[in-house]
Amino acid sequence: MNDLFSHSAFFGVLISLFTYGVGHVLKRRIRFALFNPLLIAVVATIAFLAIWRIDYETYLSGASVLNWLLTPATVCLAIPLYEKLELLKRNRTAILAGIVSGVVTSVLCVFVMALLARLTHAQYVTLLPKSITTAIGIGVSEELGGYITLTVSVIITTGIIGNIFAQTACKIFRIRSRIAKGVAIGTAAHAIGTAKAMEMGKTEGAISSLSLVVAGLLTVGAASVASHFI
Amino acid sequence: MKTVRQFLIIIGISFAGEILNRVIPLPVPASVYGVLLMFSALYFRVIRVRDVRETGYFLIEIMPILFIPAAVGLLEAWAVLRPVWLPFCIITVISTFVVMGISGRITQELIIRRRPALLRKKDGCRS
Repeated sequence: MNDLFSHSAFFGVLISLFTYGVGHVLKRRIRFALFNPLLIAVVATIAFLAIWRIDYETYLSGASVLNWLLTPATVCLAIPLYEKLELLKRNRTAILAGIVSGVVTSVLCVFVMALLARLTHAQYVTLLPKSITTAIGIGVSEELGGYITLTVSVIITTGIIGNIFAQTACKIFRIRSRIAKGVAIGTAAHAIGTAKAMEMGKTEGAISSLSLVVAGLLTVGAASVASHFI
Repeated sequence: MKTVRQFLIIIGISFAGEILNRVIPLPVPASVYGVLLMFSALYFRVIRVRDVRETGYFLIEIMPILFIPAAVGLLEAWAVLRPVWLPFCIITVISTFVVMGISGRITQELIIRRRPALLRKKDGCRS
């Protein structure tokens, strides 16, 4: 099967879009958090590749255009951010306090659970940047001596969990303010969570974008301090 | 032409972000520099929102799809992930929920404390 697909320029994007589309239809039919289009697309694509024995490289050769668009799309998060600037200015203390507490919580949470699970130093620092955007997280993990592949996996998993359970978590913790929802999602689940916040509304999306950038930068410092703990 | 122009600006800013990432020796990715540049360009009126709006919102709308290839890549990492997946999963799930709860609640409490009732209602808080 590899031969057939490896010469295709469109297979990678086609399977990604198709599985996402199926996920979207399922989500509308079945209103349950786990029926998340992104999760369904990822699981279905992995299953498809495994069943037909198609290499990841073969899939990626076509799908890499999606990867390529990620930076320009992230750059565009500044647009809703700018459009919501007034709201942001009026609530800057609340927003900043939320992000800072989120960053500290994330690092402490990893520290406490790493102690409980008796992780090694390398495993511990691998997990420290889990809540921030991949590109910053890789830098942090590398700097502190973590396993980069693992860091990327953990960051993506965090994002998908955030994307799936954002609304559930807001309900559980009774977070009703749109601004607070944005802070929660962007701080905990970076850009993949922000994609969900954007679906929830422009305010949530804009604040989530801001939070992911600020949390990412703050974590660089917080993680390097915390790396001395274990 | 409008789309071409909008896309040109967005890619131009992404490119500038990439350059900054290479020149400045910090673990800050091109996309973060790009967000800061785009925001500054809008803030200082170098460009207007309508110069990037449609294409920008199109890219934001398709953003979840753009993460699929990276997430499918978890498949490749499975060999490294296997010995530690259980503790890593537990830590990831718990800390994601806790961080969301704490950061969201702190922001919400501060908004409720400082803002008049009218604003609270508009923002979705009913206390």
